[in-house]
Amino acid sequence: MADLLSAVIQRPNFLTFVIIFLWGFYIMVTRYNLVKKLVGLYLVQTSVIYFLVSISAKRNSTAPVLLSTTEPVQAMNYANPLPHVLTLTAIVVGVATLGVGLALCAAIYRRYGSLDEEEILKKLE
Amino acid sequence: MTFALEFTLLILLLVTAAGAIFVKDLISAVLLLGCYSFFLALVWAWLGAVDVAFVEAVVGAGLATVLFLLTLFGTAPKDNRLRRPPPPMAAVIALPLLGILLLYAANDLPEFGDPGSPASVHISPTYLEQSYSDTRTPNVVTAVLMDYRSLDTMVETVVIFAAGIACALLLRRQTS
Repeated sequence: MADLLSAVIQRPNFLTFVIIFLWGFYIMVTRYNLVKKLVGLYLVQTSVIYFLVSISAKRNSTAPVLLSTTEPVQAMNYANPLPHVLTLTAIVVGVATLGVGLALCAAIYRRYGSLDEEEILKKLE
Repeated sequence: MTFALEFTLLILLLVTAAGAIFVKDLISAVLLLGCYSFFLALVWAWLGAVDVAFVEAVVGAGLATVLFLLTLFGTAPKDNRLRRPPPPMAAVIALPLLGILLLYAANDLPEFGDPGSPASVHISPTYLEQSYSDTRTPNVVTAVLMDYRSLDTMVETVVIFAAGIACALLLRRQTS
């Protein structure tokens, strides 16, 4: 048990990821307001991206921009650039899909006059 | 010292996320979500991911907040449900179990900031060492994004274009 706790404390990035991911997911499942659900979706997206980026961190390293272009590069001195590249596109695509979700919300509101899931279901019957 | 800074930022991250979840007024919730994005950008800048931090500050804290606010001004800005029914049992049982399982597996992950983690020793040193002689770009992230993976980046614009088309089709005025 103590081993497990110290293992978690040494990885604060993972603990934060687990808390935000599960909390966002819980919000998506339990809230009835559609915009609140999208807030949960955004939390889930960003938590996963945060976890990917936090894997790239190295102790005593700097941003992956080469300090000198003439000397040979020591890879230990720079953060791992590959997760950064992956997540750059993931952030933009995530916000684009969020925009589609919000447009759907606006269209639903125009048609049914509410953003509450149960009221919409009542009007659908 | 640096460890304390990280814990402060992570606690601010959790507090703003909790605020975005608990606040009833949706406009306040969305603004708190913008704060959350901004703190996330700070965390990333501190981790050395400056390009990701820029994108998050512009697209996450800026554009996403504006999109949320535009939607809320056109619709109902309040979560006007006074009493919520109890959450489904499946969610209450399954999600904490999933959390415990994830934390139990934490032991197998590389430590935070470990320079010898598998992600950092497999292929990324090759990119760091050779990207300048290949592409003449000192920023390795730009070199990978725009040179090695330029086709992927180009096709990604198709996704954004499709999202824009979908928004335009959903939001056009019905003339009939």
